Amino acid sequence: MILGVDKRLESLSGTMIIARREIRDHLRDWRILAPIAILTLFFPLLMNFTAQQAMDFVTRYGAPIIGERLIPFLLMIVGFFPISISLVIALESFAGERERLSLEPLLATPLTDGQLYLGKMIASLVPPLSAAYLGIFVYLLGLILKTTWRPEPQLLLQILALTTVQAIVMVSGAVVISSQTTSVRAANLLASFIIVPVAELIILESMIMFWGRYHVLWWIVLMLVLIALVLGRMGLRLFNREELLGNEIDTIDLRWAWRKFWEAFRDGARTPIEWYRDLLTRSLSLIKAAALITAGLLFLAYLIGYRFAGSFTLPAEIVNLEQYGEGLESQFRYFGLFTGQTWRWVFVNNVRALALATLFGAFTLGVLAEVVLMASVGIVGYFAGNVALAGGDALKFLTALVLPHAVLEIPAVVLAGATILRLGLAVLSVPKGESLSEGWIKALAEWARIGLGLVLPLLLAAAAIEVFVTPRVAMSLLTG
Amino acid sequence: MKMALIETHELTKHFGDLVAVDNVSLRVEAGEVLALLGPNGAGKTTTIRMLASILQPTRGRALINGFDTVKEPIQVRRSVGFLTEHHGLYTRMRQMEYLEFFGRTHDLTAAVIEQRTTDLLDRFGLSEASDLRLGQFSKGMRQKLALVRALLHDPAVLLLDEPTSAMDPASAHLVRESIRNLRSSKRAIVVCTHNLYEAEDLADSIAIIRRGRIIAHDTPEMLKRQLLGEPIMELRLVDRLDGVLKYLPSELEPVEMGENWLRYRASNPDRVNPKVLNAMTQAGARVITLSEVERSLEDVYLQVVHGKGDPEGQP
Repeated sequence: MILGVDKRLESLSGTMIIARREIRDHLRDWRILAPIAILTLFFPLLMNFTAQQAMDFVTRYGAPIIGERLIPFLLMIVGFFPISISLVIALESFAGERERLSLEPLLATPLTDGQLYLGKMIASLVPPLSAAYLGIFVYLLGLILKTTWRPEPQLLLQILALTTVQAIVMVSGAVVISSQTTSVRAANLLASFIIVPVAELIILESMIMFWGRYHVLWWIVLMLVLIALVLGRMGLRLFNREELLGNEIDTIDLRWAWRKFWEAFRDGARTPIEWYRDLLTRSLSLIKAAALITAGLLFLAYLIGYRFAGSFTLPAEIVNLEQYGEGLESQFRYFGLFTGQTWRWVFVNNVRALALATLFGAFTLGVLAEVVLMASVGIVGYFAGNVALAGGDALKFLTALVLPHAVLEIPAVVLAGATILRLGLAVLSVPKGESLSEGWIKALAEWARIGLGLVLPLLLAAAAIEVFVTPRVAMSLLTG
Repeated sequence: MKMALIETHELTKHFGDLVAVDNVSLRVEAGEVLALLGPNGAGKTTTIRMLASILQPTRGRALINGFDTVKEPIQVRRSVGFLTEHHGLYTRMRQMEYLEFFGRTHDLTAAVIEQRTTDLLDRFGLSEASDLRLGQFSKGMRQKLALVRALLHDPAVLLLDEPTSAMDPASAHLVRESIRNLRSSKRAIVVCTHNLYEAEDLADSIAIIRRGRIIAHDTPEMLKRQLLGEPIMELRLVDRLDGVLKYLPSELEPVEMGENWLRYRASNPDRVNPKVLNAMTQAGARVITLSEVERSLEDVYLQVVHGKGDPEGQP
């Protein structure tokens, strides 16, 4: 245990060596110091003036609430402006060193990747964050001296927490970008991936604050903490001494990408039988954990849908299919069942849903894909819940209308969900020694393998059962 | 056999399809200086980046001071002093602060850093520059400071990538002089260069690298002998050569001759040259000089690198 503590202290000491040097270096650069000084001292005083004028103005017209909401909002803005500088510093952290050719001596030191990475992060955070706290202090001091407004301790805590986690999120993202680009220019170009979502977040926070729902800010803090953790892990995972010295990262090489994809897709197989054998053994075992998570989430979605029926109950006559009796077949025929056209429609529709899930999931760490897939299972749960509430037999409903094709459709959805989840998470789990693009292309190839080899055939068969078999099972079970 | 401080076995590095380093096997013992000689893009920098554990080999392995560059990167970097091709100093810092930073990364205490820094700055003539920011340093000063940085933790292995590139002759001379003084029985040095004079001047052995492969590796003398043949001697007389040719030993292999001079190949100069001199005395010829014809490493290099003769299979 003592050894473990020693190791952690040693690691922290290496991190702080980097951080101290960088902070000292930043504080010598007037281009960083000048805006920090202006945003720390001048800007809060300007906001004080604005707040006071606004308060006086709206109070004159009997609308003091506008002023009361404006003051906390300005408090958040006073904290946010200085931390925007952290983005500039962080974007420069690795890309700038590479441009100045000072990176290689640093990489030759015995510091670990984690120490280098965290040291750079801390160095990008400390000056702007200190400026933000000081700015908040100056703003509050001005308000306390000139107005009767006093901050609620909880509000102050929320603003400090928001400022801190926003800075951490921005810096984490910017350091990831900086460590993956070859020039400061390229890093700045990619900064929009941080600036746009953060700008939207600030608008959202402003709306929440003007709306007066301050407790929601805690949820935003929690979400930002999670994002910061994800970005931190992603940065550490992607940090690679070798790639930092490389110079081919900014170049789009479609031929290379296609070759990598094809290699991973084929995986050395010479015949379709070999390919399938590899798919059923290696590929399936690769997605085991992701498949379990997806299956668990689908089950959860079913339960949520089932419970939801209690809150939004459908009229009993809608869910009682047994009422149709012999007329059920004509109902089915009315909806186009028993035809090849509907078979194609069901298949295309399911493929479209999975394509949409892939698109969403690829850029949201797989989260939105799971949400899309959960939605359809949730609807089934919702109907089953309604059947139960209407006094029917939910199990019979499921067996008659869902189970025959779900036997194939659910495994297809689980497999697809698992590969999309892996694809989305590929940016967080790039195997050591591989580049981000390489890791992602491999995950994409795995998605394509399982999609083509298993999901599409399962969906084709499931659609056929759904159109030709399930209605017959339903008719025999529901109409006696 | 002395301890090998650098040992590589079939070290190979691929960048995509490009084979930057191909099956490089080297052994550098304590006290030895090895020059890695080759044209730009030959794989010299990639090789020493792998030795410094900055790059990971695609295949093969390297041991530095007994530590594996892949499995024990931290210990490897502690054992290595790396003078990078671009010194890349932090221009807003002063030299003491700069060296203190790098010293701390090697876990040196403040007292040790101060003592070593003072010694090294004094040795490299940089003591007077303590008030200057590094951005104000001349190119030579920057290179010397980078060398001090590489030496600060007294490494067992010194890797020097193009130590005098783009330097004026005086600065280059100074840096070479410093490297020569760094020889120690406890240290192995690898110098990457395409400067032939530098390689011959500094190195005990030279490895010529082309397209990532070591195509020749030996002492400068042996490389010349193996690639350019036996030493060539030149005999220069006051008188014309015609009258004395018949007195020369029969085993002599003349390669070139002029009016009053003759060049011959001598596999064993200690045996042949006294015979030649004896013959000239007998013939009554007046000898001006009998000396070995200077053959530069440049000839060897051109022979190997530009394919004048296939170097493959050379020892």
